[in-house]
Amino acid sequence: MIPELGQIALALALAVAIIQAVLPLAGAANGNRAWIAVARPAAQTQALLVAFAFGCLTYAFVNNDFSVAYVADHSNSALPLHYRVSGVWGGHEGSLLLWTLMLGVWMTAVSWFSGHLPEEMTARVLGVMGIVSLGFLAFMLFTSNPFDRQFPPAIDGRDLNPLLQDPGMVIHPPMLYMGYVGFSVAFAFAVAALLSGKLDAAWARWSRPWTTVAWMFLTLGIALGSGWAYYELGWGGWWFWDPVENASFMPWLIGTALIHSLAVTEKRGGFRSWTVLLAIIAFGLSLLGTFLVRSGVLTSVHAFAVDPKRGIFILGLFTVLIGGALALYAWRTSRIGLGGEFAPVSRESFLLANNVLLVAAAGAVFLGTLYPLLIDALGAGKISVGPPYFESVFVPLMAPALFLMGVGPLARWKHTTIPELAVLLRWALAVSLAVGLLLPLAFGQWHALTGFALALAVWIVATALISLKKRPRGSRAHLGMVTAHIGVAVFVVGVTLVKTYESDKDLKMKPGDTVSLAGYLFRLDQVTNVKGPNYVAARAKVLVTRNGEAITVMYPEKRLYVVQNMPMTEAAIDPGPTRDLYVSLGDPFDDGSWLVKVQHKPFIDWIWVGCLIMALGGLLAASDRRYRVVLPRRRGAEVTA
Amino acid sequence: MKRALWTLGIFVALVALLAVGLRLDPREVPSPLIGKPAPPFELPLLTEPDKRFSQKDMLGKVWIMNVWASWCPPCLVEHPVVTRIAQSGLAPVVGLNYKDARDDALPWLKRNGNPYQLIVFDANGRIGIDYGVYGVPETYVIDRKGVIRYKHIGPLNADVVKQKVEPLVQQLNSGG
Repeated sequence: MIPELGQIALALALAVAIIQAVLPLAGAANGNRAWIAVARPAAQTQALLVAFAFGCLTYAFVNNDFSVAYVADHSNSALPLHYRVSGVWGGHEGSLLLWTLMLGVWMTAVSWFSGHLPEEMTARVLGVMGIVSLGFLAFMLFTSNPFDRQFPPAIDGRDLNPLLQDPGMVIHPPMLYMGYVGFSVAFAFAVAALLSGKLDAAWARWSRPWTTVAWMFLTLGIALGSGWAYYELGWGGWWFWDPVENASFMPWLIGTALIHSLAVTEKRGGFRSWTVLLAIIAFGLSLLGTFLVRSGVLTSVHAFAVDPKRGIFILGLFTVLIGGALALYAWRTSRIGLGGEFAPVSRESFLLANNVLLVAAAGAVFLGTLYPLLIDALGAGKISVGPPYFESVFVPLMAPALFLMGVGPLARWKHTTIPELAVLLRWALAVSLAVGLLLPLAFGQWHALTGFALALAVWIVATALISLKKRPRGSRAHLGMVTAHIGVAVFVVGVTLVKTYESDKDLKMKPGDTVSLAGYLFRLDQVTNVKGPNYVAARAKVLVTRNGEAITVMYPEKRLYVVQNMPMTEAAIDPGPTRDLYVSLGDPFDDGSWLVKVQHKPFIDWIWVGCLIMALGGLLAASDRRYRVVLPRRRGAEVTA
Repeated sequence: MKRALWTLGIFVALVALLAVGLRLDPREVPSPLIGKPAPPFELPLLTEPDKRFSQKDMLGKVWIMNVWASWCPPCLVEHPVVTRIAQSGLAPVVGLNYKDARDDALPWLKRNGNPYQLIVFDANGRIGIDYGVYGVPETYVIDRKGVIRYKHIGPLNADVVKQKVEPLVQQLNSGG
């Protein structure tokens, strides 16, 4: 009964989405106020209906209703409750439902916080979001219905993919989707502006906080995904340039470019046409990511649900939404105009360089991700593009971007001079060069690239401090920008140090054996068998000492998830601010010994802490007063209306 | 305007590429064995350990060899498809029971039905190595002269059977 209610709610949501996609846009086009007024209630109703459907699916999961095919495929009665709840988005159909739910959350937010916008603008934005939602609801109902029943009901479920049975995976997809879907708001604002023909500073100011918040969620989502890969896949890697990872990274790069480009559009009225294009591309890449993950055109370590028929539908949706927006852009772009002029040395030109570098980086990732597909499509064989390509094109593009990150915020708009910048920056330059030269020596080994990267990180922090000193009572937007830049510096330190100084050993160990690595002594004490709710495991006890002093006891596991007969390596990690110790258990040998991998990863947690700081910067920037002061006015407006 | 049209052009090319990509299967790894004689073997039968079978016994017939094991969930998924092929009389289907135990394999067949004309028992996976088995299940189509003509990795589905296996077997049977 409950699943049928969910089904009906989805069908009703589709009907509301049709109304939301048609009436407000038509009303805004011919000035029909009654039709325009439909936008907000329609968006909210639709969001409620989707939330209700989501609740129904969650109910089916929690109560082990294996007559619902999707539940039977992604859950099991032995699965712990929290994984039964996260199992809702453990497969294709539920992920789509989560996607649509997130879209509903964003639409509701727009309907609440848009009081300061002209009514036609709100109507157009919500109308465009209604079209997006319509596409996804139709996709779900016609090709991937999460509520399909099966008869007879399964006796028990086939269990959730053991890789997804992890706390990080409980929150990673919602965060990532909040980011992906959040770019639909920037997209809707861009299309609405193209429709109305008014691409001005006000438009940029309206879309800025939305874009920043979406970017913040995407940053968190990617960081969680990377953290999950680090401890759950059991190899100790944190980024693999896998197609699915790249699919989330490309919108992030373009989104970052968009945030900076929007700043120019708001402050100086420049880059307008370019900003609109970036907004379209950012959402386009989010959709493309969904397509790549869901259609199976590329192989990946974590493409979970694969079905070419669904791929055709998403491709169609992608073509209609992004193709339509680009056609509109081509049609309207000549009317947009150029905006204020600026000198070759000015904040605008630095931001332009930032944009070019970020877009080039996204382009390089795009090329590397789709190249195997292109080669295959041309019938020239099967290849895969790996980390060496990505690293060799990505690093040279990012290094100048990191350098400019120090200069840009201190340069003046419109025109600035190099001597003026040099005076401001000389101390930062001296300090960062000194640190770059000396700090690697503290780790025992000097590498040119390591010194260079550390110098860049210090450069970013030093210039950020100068910029804070120059504007001690700056806005929250300024503080947010500085914070996010410092986050990038922390991230760079983590990546650099772990890449240069990490060490590992693979060896065969018997209980009682010891191995030393980076000054730590690891002793395998014993391996015992343990039984979990839905798995059995061999658990090793590893004692770690340093100079005879006990540091920690680690318990890596080799699990076998019995329902899917799937072995899993559950690494043991001892985290610390300056290093992680990482022990994973491989396969047993006949003589009672085990394959053990021990790893020492200096400063690796700085990678994720850096991402957290970046996200915090985004949050600060988006909560700036100039985006908020409008709220009281909105209430007043409603009273008088 | 011109720049915008460029953007549109790139977009159209991308969509075309993705559309082509949908029709390709990244998991379809070309096997070096296609067009080569099937590696020779002689193994005991799963059901009657004292009888033996060799790939030479099938010379003169177009046949299908399906590699499976009781420990492999995807084999259970493809089992109805294998059963349908066998029942349709398209070609004799020989099972290769791979790295399995008799005590597990026989009850599995009892539970799920035995569509195979006969099953050879490759307990230590020696023959699997010769055939380049990546992962169970795998399916081979072998022609009258004992040459491998097609290999499918992973569970068979109705589409693969209809679009690849059936036309190929019919063509081979009609003298190709």
